[in-house]
Amino acid sequence: MASLVAQNINKAFGGYTALDNVTIEAKSGEFLVLLGPSGCGKSTLLSIIAGLETLTDGEVLIDGELVNHLDPKDRDIAMVFQSYALYPSMTVRENISFGLKIRGVPKPQREEAVQRVAKMLKLESMLDRRPSQLSGGQRQRVAMGRALVRDPKIFLFDEPLSNLDAKLRVEMRTEIKKLHSILGVTIVYVTHDQIEAMTLATKVVVMKEARIQQIGTPQEIYDQPQNTYVARFIGSPPMNLVPGSLERSEGGTFVRVASASEALHIPVSSDLGRPADAGREVFLGVRPETIFEANRTGPEVEPFRFDVKLDVIEPTGSDDLAIFDLGGQEVTARLRPGSGTAGEQIALAVDLNKAVLFDARSGNRIGNVR
Amino acid sequence: MSNSVSASSGVGLNFGRIAGRVLVLGTLALFVLYFLAPLFVMITTSLKSMPEIRAGNIISLPRDPSFEAWRVAWQEACVGVECPGIRGFYKNTFLMVIPAVTVSTLLGAINGFALTKYRFTGHRLVFGLFMFGCFIPHQAIILPMARALGMMDLSGSLWGLALVHTVYGIPFTTMFFRNYYISIPQELVKAARVDGAGFFRIFWSIMLPISAPIIIVSVIWQFTNIWNDFLFGASFTYGANAPIMVALNNIVNTSTGERPYNVHMAAAIMAALPTLVIYVLAGRYFVRGLVAGSVKG
Repeated sequence: MASLVAQNINKAFGGYTALDNVTIEAKSGEFLVLLGPSGCGKSTLLSIIAGLETLTDGEVLIDGELVNHLDPKDRDIAMVFQSYALYPSMTVRENISFGLKIRGVPKPQREEAVQRVAKMLKLESMLDRRPSQLSGGQRQRVAMGRALVRDPKIFLFDEPLSNLDAKLRVEMRTEIKKLHSILGVTIVYVTHDQIEAMTLATKVVVMKEARIQQIGTPQEIYDQPQNTYVARFIGSPPMNLVPGSLERSEGGTFVRVASASEALHIPVSSDLGRPADAGREVFLGVRPETIFEANRTGPEVEPFRFDVKLDVIEPTGSDDLAIFDLGGQEVTARLRPGSGTAGEQIALAVDLNKAVLFDARSGNRIGNVR
Repeated sequence: MSNSVSASSGVGLNFGRIAGRVLVLGTLALFVLYFLAPLFVMITTSLKSMPEIRAGNIISLPRDPSFEAWRVAWQEACVGVECPGIRGFYKNTFLMVIPAVTVSTLLGAINGFALTKYRFTGHRLVFGLFMFGCFIPHQAIILPMARALGMMDLSGSLWGLALVHTVYGIPFTTMFFRNYYISIPQELVKAARVDGAGFFRIFWSIMLPISAPIIIVSVIWQFTNIWNDFLFGASFTYGANAPIMVALNNIVNTSTGERPYNVHMAAAIMAALPTLVIYVLAGRYFVRGLVAGSVKG
């Protein structure tokens, strides 16, 4: 268990910038997830932390100690790879104990450690098999076993679940979360899957094009996205971004959203409406589940009612995803099953307490609507 | 192949299809005969006596098969003025081929490993130079090599010849292993580095155990090339140190009176036997290994 700091990390490959002044920190016992699309630099950052990749500029500290010039083997880290990278010619037992063997751990202790890990990961019956004789999920477990057996300071995971089918992925996700809560270890985990990030992380780092977009707990990232990129990346279906413009009148400050019949004037917090802001192009960010049927308002909700014509209904079983047009933008709402049919005119309401306002030009968050 | 079989048996046979099949198989059979004819003549001639050979018909079966010519070739065939048989040269060649094949394969494997898994600045250039080495003809290196061997005091020795073959073979073995290792995931090496293994540890414990197909390719390639080599053998050795191919040439060219064709044939078959055995034992791995490297690389 240890803390990790990667400070002002820069990495250039020739003329290409893979990491642009990135700083992350994982406290002891934290589950830090680096989230972003492919090519955003998240895997490069993990490799730099591991010592498998050199950095152009910056500092990596493990437990406050500078490890920039240490080899991977001297950093006391363990890593799980996307392809598992099991040694094909070795049995499961040899795979798990290889690192211990190299570090000169005597055989009885090695065997004991292998048994302990095998029990934890339910691998006892497979210790004498080779990787080619294992299923994807079993290989994944062996890869985890290889990391766990050494009891390192920090665990690094590089998209460990990407090669599994959907069902197994959910199972292994739970396993990893369980292991983390039992062992209380520090984990840095790379993924492009926002659901993995949300479910596993104690802290998420959203990355895009070599830069960090936002760092926060899953709930912060979900409720208070720093910009439209994060808003669109997190959540499935993602946050709706309704285009509009800021307007001021005696009644207060409004977001004017063009609509098929007459424009909607959505009231927003008055401190968003400085005179200079009048006419400013904005996006109103609304999560699908904060839109509901107009007659179903709860107590903590501040509803804004409007009428729309439903274009498409996509039933998911638990909810119906209703898709309609607002301000020239397709908007998705998560409604109760049977709330409406395609083509129907329906009264909906949006909970303004959960809505967020973004600047249309920069994409940055201006503030909460209320 | 299984496709054509099922297609012809599933649908009714017709005349055109049968005629086509006969034409193809007939042509193939002719080529088989054509390619096997020399081997047939060699074997039958080696089993005949000289009077029978003089009688003329080279494709007839031996009337009274005897291994006398084989014994003579092994023990008494004359090379120049001495008549030691080919056995000494046989031993020479093994003594020279085994270290040359082993060392060149091992170095090729290390090179291929370094070129694919431990990328260093200029690795492309280095591999380019290795490739260039594959295209240097034997003749071009004879003089410089002779001088180098002279300076190392290895002129005319079997060790010198083994060294020449090792050096000449390294570009080929490097290329084989490089093309094989390039399809092995980089993450395997990363995992081993995190586990604490260094360059040679990773090479021995992880890469070599999964290299069997390409080791077989490299060994067959190097063994047949070095065993069958004549030019280097003739250039860098003499007398009793000569390898088998040079000795065979000398036996055939040593003419006092009647040419003992049966002995020549027996000696030639014995000279070719090791490479034949290697192909029969490991030939299918050879094709498989070559394809694996080229398709994935």
